[in-house]
Amino acid sequence: MTTGQIGQAGTAPPPPAEKAARRSDSGDFIGSNPLTPYVFMAPYLVLFVIFVLAPVVYGFWISLHNYDYLLPGKPWVGLQNYVDLFTPGSTTSGPFWNSMEATGIFTLLSVPLLVVIPLLLALILNQGFRGRTFFRAAYFAPYVLGVAVVGVLWRFLLDPNVGAVNFYLGQLGLRDDIPWTTAKPWVWAALVGPTLWWTLGFNTVIYLAGLQDIPRDLYDAAAVDGANRWQRFLNVTLPGLRPVLLFVVVVTVLLSANVFGQPLLITQGAPGEETTSAIMYIAETGLRQFTMGSAAAMSYVLALFLMLVSIANFAFFRQREE
Amino acid sequence: MAQATAPVDVKPAGSSPRQRVKLILSYLALILLTLVFAAPLLWMLSTSFKTNPEAIRWPLTWIPREFTLQGYSEIFNTTSQTPVLRWLINSLISAFAHTALVLATAAPAAYALARMHFRGKRIMFAIIISTLFIPHIILIIPNYLIVDMFGWLDTLLAVIVPSVPTALYLFLLRQFFVSLPRELEEAALLDGANRYQIFLRIILPLSKAPLATVAVLSFLQNWNDLLWPVYVLFSPQNLTLQPGLGRLQGAYETEYPIIMAGGVLASIPVLIVFIFAQRYIIEGISRSGVKG
Repeated sequence: MTTGQIGQAGTAPPPPAEKAARRSDSGDFIGSNPLTPYVFMAPYLVLFVIFVLAPVVYGFWISLHNYDYLLPGKPWVGLQNYVDLFTPGSTTSGPFWNSMEATGIFTLLSVPLLVVIPLLLALILNQGFRGRTFFRAAYFAPYVLGVAVVGVLWRFLLDPNVGAVNFYLGQLGLRDDIPWTTAKPWVWAALVGPTLWWTLGFNTVIYLAGLQDIPRDLYDAAAVDGANRWQRFLNVTLPGLRPVLLFVVVVTVLLSANVFGQPLLITQGAPGEETTSAIMYIAETGLRQFTMGSAAAMSYVLALFLMLVSIANFAFFRQREE
Repeated sequence: MAQATAPVDVKPAGSSPRQRVKLILSYLALILLTLVFAAPLLWMLSTSFKTNPEAIRWPLTWIPREFTLQGYSEIFNTTSQTPVLRWLINSLISAFAHTALVLATAAPAAYALARMHFRGKRIMFAIIISTLFIPHIILIIPNYLIVDMFGWLDTLLAVIVPSVPTALYLFLLRQFFVSLPRELEEAALLDGANRYQIFLRIILPLSKAPLATVAVLSFLQNWNDLLWPVYVLFSPQNLTLQPGLGRLQGAYETEYPIIMAGGVLASIPVLIVFIFAQRYIIEGISRSGVKG
């Protein structure tokens, strides 16, 4: 499973430290209360079990029932909710796969931009500019705003009739009545553009940290060997960035696939339900219409998709490594 | 970390005319991009001080011709269906309480995982870390029912508590505690201090930076969350700012000065946090990327 794999990747550094810890720890603990560690763990563990571990199992249990929050009976239906999702023509399968498609399109459009542009920006900023910290902060700033602010602000900026974007397009002599928030293909730009503005700085900061971890002597050695700029990028920078690149790709894919606030506030799902994302549809089905069994099943199908995509990313990067 | 390490290119920039031109062009590009990034925020601020007609008039005006506080006075009216000031207070309570709970639970647990030896430690750590990669969406429906069972729906407790056990914060703190030298603790043990005293008097004071990082990240996370509060808070008096902005948009539609005033109010606290705690935010994010 992905989780195990990623977990290992996440804990890669500890082993030596762990060993050292055990040795001197056994010394520390002579005569100390064996319950002490559990007292330290307890508050976190209690919340973790109630709000993370139990829900993972409980959610699956719900998905096996015709679980309507508002009705007294919640009959067991086995895998029927899942079967329905994969049966064309059932009440849930159409809108669900529509929302999955919208999520897929958004992810495919936004991820390449969010992986490449921040890398270029980080490479430029990493050249020892005076004021680099300032620029980094400027590009990062929108990221601290909530998606609700981003959503209502861009809904205004992209308003077809009064928005600033269309106004400036008109000033440039271009079309000034583009229906950004209501018609395809413009709606995709209305979702991807603000997302870029909002999260670009996040990836840039991660790349910058990764670039600074590449040992300087590798560049010196490459320079001595007569490598030009491009060769140094291919042979030193890219291999050195591989773990960071993997992290950025995986996290960006997951965040894009979880898109919710942008379609909720900018396009409001328009036109029709074409930009209703999977998360939006699942949340509306489960927590507004309260058909929770079906919504829980959808959430597991989506989760499975996301895990498969993450595994594919890991496999791809591992293969490149060999 | 960024500021600590030397920039990769140590050659003095601008040593030849060609390089100087290149440098100036790069600067121009960076400054232009900065303006593009800042413009939407400035537009939000400017619009919030405009009258309705001016906000939607072309050609645009960046500096309001007719400066007004109408937008703000509308949202400060606490008896309306959109009591934004009330939401601001709710958001502050929620974010501070959430942050306090995160620190109070994650720090001792991270310390136990970093420094103590006990049965089940490895499996606990493995399970907690593996949840870093469980898509959040599968939790919202069961958690809605769990929160309902506790009677927390439509109360701030619903937005404060469930997201407290976040694996990332535990992981960041544990990595830091593992890196601390053990000598201090050993000396204290010899002096007869117990684990609790060591944790409170030696470890925590040494851990201000990582604790600040976790505090700032969890504050921002809680302040900015939208998906969950949209569904668990309903009454106008009980909303926080993020779901509130959606309501504001629904209620005022094209009265943009009011909506933008709400946006400004929701942005000011996080921008202040960002300005003063930039180092911790950026460090936390870099660390989760490079070492995570």
